[in-house]
Amino acid sequence: MPHDDPPAPDAGWQADVFEVLKRHDVRHVVYVPDAGHATAIRLANADESVHAVVLTTEEEGIGYLAGAWLGGERGALLLQSSGVGNCVNTLALTACARFPLLMVVTMRGDWAEFNPWQNPMGQATEATLKMMGVMTWRADRPEDVAPLINGAATMAFNGDSACAVLLGQRLIGEKQWVK
Amino acid sequence: MAALDRRAAVARLFSNRADDLLVVTGLGSPSYDVMAAGDDDRNYYLWAAMGAAAMVGLGLAKAQPQKSVLVVTGDGELMMGLGALATIATQKPGNLTICVLDNGHFGETGMQASHAGMGVALDKVAASMGFGWTADIADMAGIDDLRARLSARDGVRLARVRIKAENPPRVLPPRDGVHIKNRFRAALGFAPI
Repeated sequence: MPHDDPPAPDAGWQADVFEVLKRHDVRHVVYVPDAGHATAIRLANADESVHAVVLTTEEEGIGYLAGAWLGGERGALLLQSSGVGNCVNTLALTACARFPLLMVVTMRGDWAEFNPWQNPMGQATEATLKMMGVMTWRADRPEDVAPLINGAATMAFNGDSACAVLLGQRLIGEKQWVK
Repeated sequence: MAALDRRAAVARLFSNRADDLLVVTGLGSPSYDVMAAGDDDRNYYLWAAMGAAAMVGLGLAKAQPQKSVLVVTGDGELMMGLGALATIATQKPGNLTICVLDNGHFGETGMQASHAGMGVALDKVAASMGFGWTADIADMAGIDDLRARLSARDGVRLARVRIKAENPPRVLPPRDGVHIKNRFRAALGFAPI
C-alpha cells in the first residue's frame, strides 16, 4: 500500500537516490509509487534520457529490467517493502540467469508504524530478499543513502548481482495519519 | 472456430525470420515451439518466472527501439501477469508484438481448463487496455499477416492465436540462463561483464 504523505521536500537524500542512479548510467527507472520515492520518481519522469515506467505490481519490474539488460541497458526498481513479497517467485529469473538487479526499497512495518497490517511483510522484507539470493544494505541515516546505493549499484552492474538497499522508516519519517 | 497446430503456426511465424527480430518466450510449450522452429542466439527462453515474459519483452523493446521484439507465450503465462498488458499499454512501444498461443488450457500441467478457455478473450482485454492492433487468429492467413507486421514498428500489437489443446513432443531449449543471456547479448554486440 503506497504512502499518502511525501516526506519533507527538503530531504536531500531523496534527490541523492536519483543522482546516484544517473551516475551509474541507469536508463530505466521502474516503480510502484511510494511517498519515500516521490522525488526520485518525479526526477525520473522529468529526465528525457530515462525511461520512467510505472508498474501495476513490483515483479513486473524484475522482468522489465532483465529485458533492458538483454538490450544492453541498466535500470533500477523502486518499491516499497510490501512489494518485495510480490517479487519472490520472479526472482528465480534473476538468480538463474544472473541478471543485474538494483532495488531501492522504502520500508514499512519497520519503525513507528501506525498500520500494523504493514508489519508482517515489513519485518520479513530483508530475510525474504536474502532467501532469494539478493544482497541487502540498510540506510537509516540520510548520509548513508548515497554511498549505500552507490555500492549496491557497483556490485549489481559489475557483478551481475541482485542488490537491494533498504531505506529505513526512521530515515523516511513517521507517517502522520491524523492531521 | 477452427484451431491451428501450434508447431506449424509457430514455424510459419518464424519462416524467413528478419535479422532484426528479437524473441522472448514464456515458459513451457511456447518455448518448445520456438525452439522447434530453430534455435537462435536472438531468442531468450524463460524457464521460470511465470507471468514475466511480456515484461521482459517490454524492457527489451524499450532498450532496443531500432529492433523488433516478439514475445511468444501461452494464455496461462500471460494471464498470470495480466497487469503487464496495462503497463505495456501505457508505454506503447511501437516495436513490440505479443503472440499468445491460446489453447484454453494449462497444457504443461495436465490440460486443466484455463481462464481463456472459459471465455476470457485476451485480444479483447489488450484492445480495451489500449493496444493499437489486436487480432484473433485461427488460420495460416492470419499467421502470415502477423508475420508481415512484425517489422513494422508502428505500434504495440497483441495477437491471440487459437491452437489445438495438445502437447507435441518437447523440444527443449538450453536451460542455462546465464548462457542464453550472454549469447543473446553477444548477438547484439554486448560483452559479458
